Amino acid sequence: MAHEAAPTANTRLFRPGYAGHNQISARTLGFWLYMLSDALLFTALFASYAVLDTPMNAAGGPIASQIVNPIEGFWQTIAILGSVTAYSLSTVSMKNGKRGGTALGIIASIVLAVVFLAFGIHDLTALAAQGDGMDRSGYLSAYFVLILTHAIHMGIGILWMLVMLVQIPRYGFNEMVVARMLNLRMFWQFQATVWVCVYVYVYMIGA
Amino acid sequence: MQLQAPGPWSLLFGRLTLDQIPYTNPILQVTFAVAALIGLAVIGVVLYYKKVGYLWREWLTTVDHKKIGVMYIIVGLVMLFRGFADGLLIRTQQVLANGPHAAGFLGAQHGFLPPFHFDQVYSAHGTIMILFAATPILTGFQNIVVPLQIGARDMAFPYMNAVSLWLTTAAAALVMISLFVGDFSQAGWVGLIPLTELPFSPGTGVDYWMWAIQISSVGTTLNAINMIVTIVDMRAPGMTWFRMPVFSWTTLSTNIIGLTAFPVLGVALALLGADRYLGTHFFTAGMGGNLMLYTNLFWIWGHPEVYFLILPTFGVLSEVIPTFSEKPIFGYVTMVAATFAIAGISWLVWLHHFFTMGSGPDINGFFSVATMLVGIPTGVKVFNWMFTLYRGRITYTVPMLWAMFGLFLLLIGGLTGMMLALPAINYTVHDSVFVIAHFHCMVLMVVCAGFAGVTYWFPKLFGFKLDESWGKAFFWTFAIGTITVFTAMFALGFEGETRRLEWTFNTAWKPMLVIEEVGMVLYVISLALFAMMLVVSIKNRNRERLGADPWGTSRTLEWLTPTPIPFYNFAVTPQVNTRDELAWRRKHELANAKPDAYEEIHMPSNSGLPVILGACAGIFGFAMIWRIWWLAALGLLGIVAIVIFRSFDKNAGYHLQPNEVEAMERNLAIGSITSEQPDRSHHSIHAEAH
Repeated sequence: MAHEAAPTANTRLFRPGYAGHNQISARTLGFWLYMLSDALLFTALFASYAVLDTPMNAAGGPIASQIVNPIEGFWQTIAILGSVTAYSLSTVSMKNGKRGGTALGIIASIVLAVVFLAFGIHDLTALAAQGDGMDRSGYLSAYFVLILTHAIHMGIGILWMLVMLVQIPRYGFNEMVVARMLNLRMFWQFQATVWVCVYVYVYMIGA
Repeated sequence: MQLQAPGPWSLLFGRLTLDQIPYTNPILQVTFAVAALIGLAVIGVVLYYKKVGYLWREWLTTVDHKKIGVMYIIVGLVMLFRGFADGLLIRTQQVLANGPHAAGFLGAQHGFLPPFHFDQVYSAHGTIMILFAATPILTGFQNIVVPLQIGARDMAFPYMNAVSLWLTTAAAALVMISLFVGDFSQAGWVGLIPLTELPFSPGTGVDYWMWAIQISSVGTTLNAINMIVTIVDMRAPGMTWFRMPVFSWTTLSTNIIGLTAFPVLGVALALLGADRYLGTHFFTAGMGGNLMLYTNLFWIWGHPEVYFLILPTFGVLSEVIPTFSEKPIFGYVTMVAATFAIAGISWLVWLHHFFTMGSGPDINGFFSVATMLVGIPTGVKVFNWMFTLYRGRITYTVPMLWAMFGLFLLLIGGLTGMMLALPAINYTVHDSVFVIAHFHCMVLMVVCAGFAGVTYWFPKLFGFKLDESWGKAFFWTFAIGTITVFTAMFALGFEGETRRLEWTFNTAWKPMLVIEEVGMVLYVISLALFAMMLVVSIKNRNRERLGADPWGTSRTLEWLTPTPIPFYNFAVTPQVNTRDELAWRRKHELANAKPDAYEEIHMPSNSGLPVILGACAGIFGFAMIWRIWWLAALGLLGIVAIVIFRSFDKNAGYHLQPNEVEAMERNLAIGSITSEQPDRSHHSIHAEAH
């Protein structure tokens, strides 16, 4: 077998100066793996939603077509996709080494994300106020928890952006700040993708 | 909203009141006394030898993968002992409480455990053994061995590795606290629904179970990410995928399972938590809940979890058997393929845990066939091990004995598993102790491989072997005990004993129950022998100090490092030339080759943040269990603050100078993982510097 070859004069046993792994590539791979696990989390939530999205599980309460508002959801979709675009433009500024432009993009991204969340939270509080909260039925439980889990992810993303707004002026674009910015971009795009799934599956099909 | 559970509640202490501490229970009094004595003894030893600083600097704040692995295994062994004590209580209760005329003690009608207590004991036994004993021990091995096997200096994310450890430890601590403050779940380790819902389990038991698992599963997910990135990104030059040792392959596959399965468990428990805390109706019996949704979600994690446990043990066998047969592993490529086949199929079989749900013949048929498919790659593995043994130069060392008995248990467990895969048989024996005996054969195979791994890798880490004759005595009592308990249990299954019986009503079961108890006595003796093995080995540790390759026939890269291992693993990264690199170097008399010159080594700095983060997670869990909202908010805030604070920490490690490395390579005691290291922060570097 090839791997049983005898050593020759050129055989090396050690590799001095071997640089090892690259921090950014390891962090990027690690973050992709985290997102895989996060995707599984949303998959399980979507599956639960699918199981509980029946008139029987509505237990006499409202069903999807009575609560979802695809027009409002459309504006939410515009807001979140706008937020992703703003963040992407901010990373373009980062590529050009412009701190101001980068910060501006992040701020725009936060504002649009807050708009998105305001729509969603208004929606949920209105439902709860009319007695159709998450404790009304199995269906509403699934609806609330799916939307809220996504909202919590969005909230964590906003917190992350605020941290970056402090770190960029403080450290400039060093290796770690760039790695965080790039991972945050993936995170943000991933959350927008999840929302698109929510919009299609809950809002459009539901209506 | 059900934020307020039944019973008294105060702003300051939540549901926690003094009468939640079961100080009147004699069993718990004894347990508490023993736990307190052991705890005081440990603290006393640490104080007497003035090791507080050492413990903090070298262990609690470490980011070294080997030390983290050792601590994982210590946590696992402590929990294994606790889980075994639960098992002993279950067996003793069942043999005492046999038949209508069985006497009752300590307030129980039969035996000595009332149902309220017995139900907690079996729930804790299952939860602990799977999640807090087997998982940490195997994670510990992966932590210790994989970076060494692939020629790396550490894990990809050493800091996150410590975070995983301390999250797991915090969760294990919550399970232990449930002994003395409040109760544990009475709904089985699987959390039988709707029994776990607030109206049926108004106490804090289910909350303990739920939060402990939730916290430890976050730790496991982070660890899975870490292991995968380490294996993908950090292999030594020349180590192509198909030169990687089988244990590293099984670690990769098992962590892919862990990464994808644990989030589903997280969702199942979080939805249950929403039901208990927010009053939702995911799994309630009325109001549009769906009970089977929980069962499906739980087992979508639960079955892959079984392979999450068993695949690394296959890896351990694949290291131990070639070493002590003095042959390369037979069918390496098929071994790798079989590993991934098992991992893949593990996703498609979960419904066989509840064939009796009544999904109809088509669905049951699909899952039956899928389950039986697992037998094919597993069979490939068993035959590969057998062909590795065939015409090998076999030495029956202690690790080899454990491996052989593990194979035996795998065979018994596998064949009974094939029987259970048939829905027709499954309907007959569902929830009988036949099923219990089957899966105990499987998890005891995990335990066997665990002890094989402990004895096999122990000399690598500490420089001396575990005593061979005490080890063999331990092995034989354990093996005979196992056969005694579970042969009788298979028979009881056929006689119709169902699982989780606090009162074994049928007197015809008595002989078999007594035989099981005899086996338990053997287990108790084997535990004492295990302790003796440790004591004797540590006492005689200086009698024979061992070199890099204590067994003399090892094949993989971890044995190339000096013994005891310096904290930086390899002074110079090795170049890998073949699959069994060390065996190849030994054959060509290159095993002792040293690098020409030493070089600067970049090492990560220790950090106290992970252990504080673990403590915050533990506080958060405890506060949520007792509904002390302010404390829960504080714990959560602490976690967020630590994560953000860490991102502002610029210290990216330090550089070991070549002369320091040379000194440590000359005198290995200086750099060994049990020695105390000087403060090297003056070599520290900043993120910008490289």
